[in-house]
Amino acid sequence: MTNLPHRFTLLQRLLHWLMAVGIIAMLFIGVGMVSTITPKYLPLILLHRSLGLVLLLLVLIRLALRLYYGAPPLPIDLPRPMKLGAKLSHLALYGLMIVMPLLGLGMLWAAAYPVVVYRGIQIPALLPQSDNVHSLLWSAHFYLAFAFFALVLLHVAAGLFHALIRRDGVFATMAPLPLRDPAVPSE
Amino acid sequence: MNQLRKLPRSALGSLALIAAVVGGGAAAFAYTAGWFSPHRLTSGKMVEAFTPPSEAPLGHRRNHAKGICFTGVFEANGNGEQLSGARVFVPGRYPVVGRFNLGTPHSDAADATARVRGLGLLISSDDGHEWRTAMINPPVFPVSTPQAFYDMLRAGKDPSAVKAFTDSNPEIAAFLEWAKTAPWTASYAEERYNSLNSFIFTDGAGEDHAVRWSLVPAAQPAPVSKADPEKRGPNSLEQEITERVRTAGPQRWTMVVTVADPGDPTADPSKAWPSDRRTVPVGTLVVQRIEPERDGPCRDINFDPTVLPPGMRVSDDPFPAARSSVYRKSYDLRTAEAKYYPHTEAAKP
Repeated sequence: MTNLPHRFTLLQRLLHWLMAVGIIAMLFIGVGMVSTITPKYLPLILLHRSLGLVLLLLVLIRLALRLYYGAPPLPIDLPRPMKLGAKLSHLALYGLMIVMPLLGLGMLWAAAYPVVVYRGIQIPALLPQSDNVHSLLWSAHFYLAFAFFALVLLHVAAGLFHALIRRDGVFATMAPLPLRDPAVPSE
Repeated sequence: MNQLRKLPRSALGSLALIAAVVGGGAAAFAYTAGWFSPHRLTSGKMVEAFTPPSEAPLGHRRNHAKGICFTGVFEANGNGEQLSGARVFVPGRYPVVGRFNLGTPHSDAADATARVRGLGLLISSDDGHEWRTAMINPPVFPVSTPQAFYDMLRAGKDPSAVKAFTDSNPEIAAFLEWAKTAPWTASYAEERYNSLNSFIFTDGAGEDHAVRWSLVPAAQPAPVSKADPEKRGPNSLEQEITERVRTAGPQRWTMVVTVADPGDPTADPSKAWPSDRRTVPVGTLVVQRIEPERDGPCRDINFDPTVLPPGMRVSDDPFPAARSSVYRKSYDLRTAEAKYYPHTEAAKP
């Protein structure tokens, strides 16, 4: 097992934390902007659109890195259900990271809104206007956002559980900086 | 099983910390979503306030629900370039889609019952950008703030609240005076439509100009009594404009941009600017073809006044943001209710 990495690569960790901040910001901006009619509605929506697009690009890079570098193995003694939970929740997180910006883009296209981000950059529409498609994508974007946030909370709880209670080295694999308390080897 | 060895010392504290992080996160999210702020004015509340007590006009716009589509061109004369770098002011012809409409939440309102008439416009420029605007025929907006507008809608449903409302929002007097005294016309083509909201134009040199704009009709307004359109039937305006364009040809409006002087009230659409302000005719709207909304090109357009090309942006006027938010809510609702809209068979939602 000595060949297996004990940590994600620096680039992977960097992307993880960068996107963590971005995604949490997106969820808060999203839920905030749809509940206000004050002037901050407009900058929030512009930020939501622009950041969403950046996150879509980042997750594609991240997915490529994940497929290329893989991930450190989970501890051997981690109970089976927790391993399964970890696998499924990460799959769901990746799925949502990819799908949410696409749903957002798609619902704007299907509503015939021009998708303009910072500096007046416009993303060409790949879908025609359609009431039904807009409605479907809108609902998916809206409801999945809450599932996404719940999953982020679960992910945070699990990370802290590994770091503070199990102390099994899982958190250290993604920690932004090497932890002073050396990780417990997974072998 | 080394994790068990480490458990007792700090497990409780750690669990409490995890619960606090998750609980705090969830609470912050709920707060941001407004779940702890029942008094926050949302687009949902505004739409609710528009909705007539009888029933919601399912599948239709929640306000200005009755309308008729048009297509045509905007002919820019080049004067606008001194105010804004927007492509749409470079001399040329730009395709438009628009909608004449009535300021009513009833999609089947009789045309004579609506005092406020509107025009929604989408001008596309060849750089891929759009200028959307939704204008109405009164010279001033009834109230100063979106909150006051919400209060007005609520007061409109409760006769006992009207007096208190007008007392606390005296600015409505100018609008009421217009509603009482302005002549009625028998045609959408004879109306002047005003942006009322203020926007900022940025010219090629980077200079900002606070502006409002209006569409001034080429057709001479022929005042009629309010009873006149009533006599002509519930769809008289739609029939008239269809007939007029068919027989008399394209109808024209001059797009006039009014430039504020420093200190003019840009944040309050209930306040007219002094009449001696600089005005710049920037082009001509030519309405070439009328189509029923049912299958028309305007049906699926949200005339969101914050869809602006580079060279234009919103000002400190709080209304465009509020309108954008509420129009979007209306659009989300009506697209979800598309099955209730009276589509003809040829046109699927």
